[in-house]
Amino acid sequence: MTVNVKFFASMRETLGQSELRIDIDTDTEQTVAGVWAQVAGEKPMPDNTVCAVNHTQATPESVVKDGDEVAFFPPVTGG
Amino acid sequence: MAVIICEAAFDPWQAVQNHQNSQLADGQYGATATFVGTMRDFNEGDDVCAMTLEHYPGMTEAQLEQIIDEAKNSWPLQDALVVHRVGEILPGEPIVLVACWSAHRAAAFDACRFLMEALKSRAPFWKKETLTDNSQRWVEKNTDGYSH
Repeated sequence: MTVNVKFFASMRETLGQSELRIDIDTDTEQTVAGVWAQVAGEKPMPDNTVCAVNHTQATPESVVKDGDEVAFFPPVTGG
Repeated sequence: MAVIICEAAFDPWQAVQNHQNSQLADGQYGATATFVGTMRDFNEGDDVCAMTLEHYPGMTEAQLEQIIDEAKNSWPLQDALVVHRVGEILPGEPIVLVACWSAHRAAAFDACRFLMEALKSRAPFWKKETLTDNSQRWVEKNTDGYSH
């Protein structure tokens, strides 16, 4: 399956990319944490990382499906 | 109800007036509560000369609309307006406007506070400050929204 992955703010700068499309093995159920492992390799997900799937806040355990947009970013600081 | 994300400087008082004129009927509301957040030229003991506001297009609007829906379900609101700047911002420029209209003051006051606090903790915006020596740093956390 194909997943669109986005990074924002300091996470975008740390990883050196803002957006990429990845193909994932569909034999097993995929989670947000699995997507992170695929795109960040050995780099562990920082403790304060916020995850989102299709514009809704999610957790590392959230299931990811074909065509989903998964985003990783630091705590928000707007307003 | 409206959510506006804008890249250009905006006048919050004009935005309130415009929304009121176009969306609300005279005599239908008795209370208007507003919050305006403005960029400071200092933070954490340092002089700040500019700021870049990044956001997550699509999720930002979805989160703000969700927050407004929650407010509508909790208080008898006539209307609500959220305007938020993104891009390059200078000290003195408004960053955010939250406005709520209701029949009586309780709902307008309480919903305005709720919307602002929910925006601060859930809407995907990030601030990057430029200091006077041209160095840049990400703002990493929000200050407490309550004084006690």
